[in-house]
Amino acid sequence: MSEYKQLSLQGLWKNNPALVQLLGLCPLLAVSGTVINGLGLGLATTLVLIGSNTTVSLVRNWVPNEIRIPIFVMVIAAFVTVVQLTMNAYTYSLYLTLGIFIPLIVTNCAIIGRAEAYASKNPVHFAAFDGLMMGLGFTAVLVLLGGMREILGYGTLFTGADLLLGDWAASLEVTLFETENPFLLAILPPGAFLGMGLIIALKNALNDRVENMLKKPEEEKQVMRARVTGNIN
Amino acid sequence: MFQVASSPHQHIRRTTSSVMQLVIMFALPGLAVQTFFFGWGSIIHLLIASLVAIATEALFLEVRKRPFEPAIKDCSALLTALLLAISIPPLAPWWISAIGAFFAIAIVKQLYGGLGFNLFNPAMAAYVMLLVSFPVQMTSWLPPQSLAEHQITFFDALSVIMTGFSTDGYSLLQLRNGIDGFTMATPLDTIKTDLSLSLTLQESMQKLTFSGASGVGWFWVNLAYLIGGIGLIRMRVISWHIPAGMLLSMGSFALIFYLINPDQYATPWLHWFSGATMLGAFFILTDPVSACTTNKGRIIFGATVGAWVYLIRVFGGYPDAIGFAVVIMNMAVPLIDYYTRPRVYGHQKANRSNK
Repeated sequence: MSEYKQLSLQGLWKNNPALVQLLGLCPLLAVSGTVINGLGLGLATTLVLIGSNTTVSLVRNWVPNEIRIPIFVMVIAAFVTVVQLTMNAYTYSLYLTLGIFIPLIVTNCAIIGRAEAYASKNPVHFAAFDGLMMGLGFTAVLVLLGGMREILGYGTLFTGADLLLGDWAASLEVTLFETENPFLLAILPPGAFLGMGLIIALKNALNDRVENMLKKPEEEKQVMRARVTGNIN
Repeated sequence: MFQVASSPHQHIRRTTSSVMQLVIMFALPGLAVQTFFFGWGSIIHLLIASLVAIATEALFLEVRKRPFEPAIKDCSALLTALLLAISIPPLAPWWISAIGAFFAIAIVKQLYGGLGFNLFNPAMAAYVMLLVSFPVQMTSWLPPQSLAEHQITFFDALSVIMTGFSTDGYSLLQLRNGIDGFTMATPLDTIKTDLSLSLTLQESMQKLTFSGASGVGWFWVNLAYLIGGIGLIRMRVISWHIPAGMLLSMGSFALIFYLINPDQYATPWLHWFSGATMLGAFFILTDPVSACTTNKGRIIFGATVGAWVYLIRVFGGYPDAIGFAVVIMNMAVPLIDYYTRPRVYGHQKANRSNK
């Protein structure tokens, strides 16, 4: 398997930052109230991951080992600032909705984890691709969880798509059912934990099933005759 | 030959199903009194919750490829449904008990591995989920029938639960009116609201909801559960440790605060005979799976739940708190059990490996 294929598989499924590494749970659980919130934060994180992985990989040979962590953090913080200011300029309402969780991307362990574990040891093109795949894996979980919570809680999908994608996207909003009594549990933090647990369980179950299917049927055991006494010839 | 069974090793071994049936039987007087004072709603909710609970149990066991017949015959799903139906307001919409029963069985019980493996009390975890999710429906308690402006027949109750309106077209909000035309809250809720309006406790207890030392109807409901609970102890279905621990701790908290300031803090009597105190102490806390299993641990468990209930009732945001208290302390049960392991016969002290 080529390195790129390997990286995609790791980022999206086998070593998914949200479902397997369980990193960056704080923003994951806090802003996954709707699909668009999740998508917005997921894309922001992806951008930061690509940027920080590329930069860290570029400077990896000049960074003294003893102070690598502060340098990585500063690189990440710089990219987070860029993303934050960009969102402030172009998607202001979404910027307000996501609030503190955009600057908090700095503290997302998934990012420094990739910088330390992968980018600081590998060439630039692989590091950038790894950032992209890890980011997409994280985004996918955010969107899925956001979708679950939005459907259960509000009965809608893609509310506020215009905040992220521009005015044309306002027509994306779908109302699945009208309810006077929103299912508050899904919208509140406990719903995020429950949903996350269910997604992890589902992923593990799928994994098991796929592995069982791929596993070759065991060869039939050859029973050797045990010789207890004497010679049989 | 040798029968392998878990402790306690008694000569008369009860099956799970007979324990559950006894608990259900001894809860029936309380349910009857509740029905007398607050109408047929609880019974209708019991039917809905039982149907959903049993169907969910069968469905999940089928998916998990386990035999579902013994699991349904042991009546544990029925008991969960009963406790849930008793706890929710009588005229809440039908989907409240349906969602609650599904959540209790599917998420709280089966996802953890079924009966015996659940960390939390299914009925109470579902109750807390409902209270957090649907605060309006879950706090719409009715005034006792003797104080209500409109009498509610069986068909009224059925119609309100299914459609939101009685057969005469009254909404739930109108049905909650007392004879003086004001919406009536439960005694504990009345006290909480009045105290926040800087009335004294004595002024608050002049209201129609109260008669004598506790609320109309609620005294009888609690008394019925108390009698049922004492019956359970006499039949040795539950031990006295948990209820005694809870009632004593709650009573002593209430007494201390009452002696400090009787204008602000209600008497132990009022706390004992209001809300879900007796139902909680004897029927909910004593769940054999999610409560402590050692005697010392049971006393600690009961006492801490009692303390939580008192603290949340008096200082917290909710008028009653059995559900929250039980769910909080369920999390501490493994820890309590670990530190209260009984002395093994023949040993001087409990043998701890981490010394």
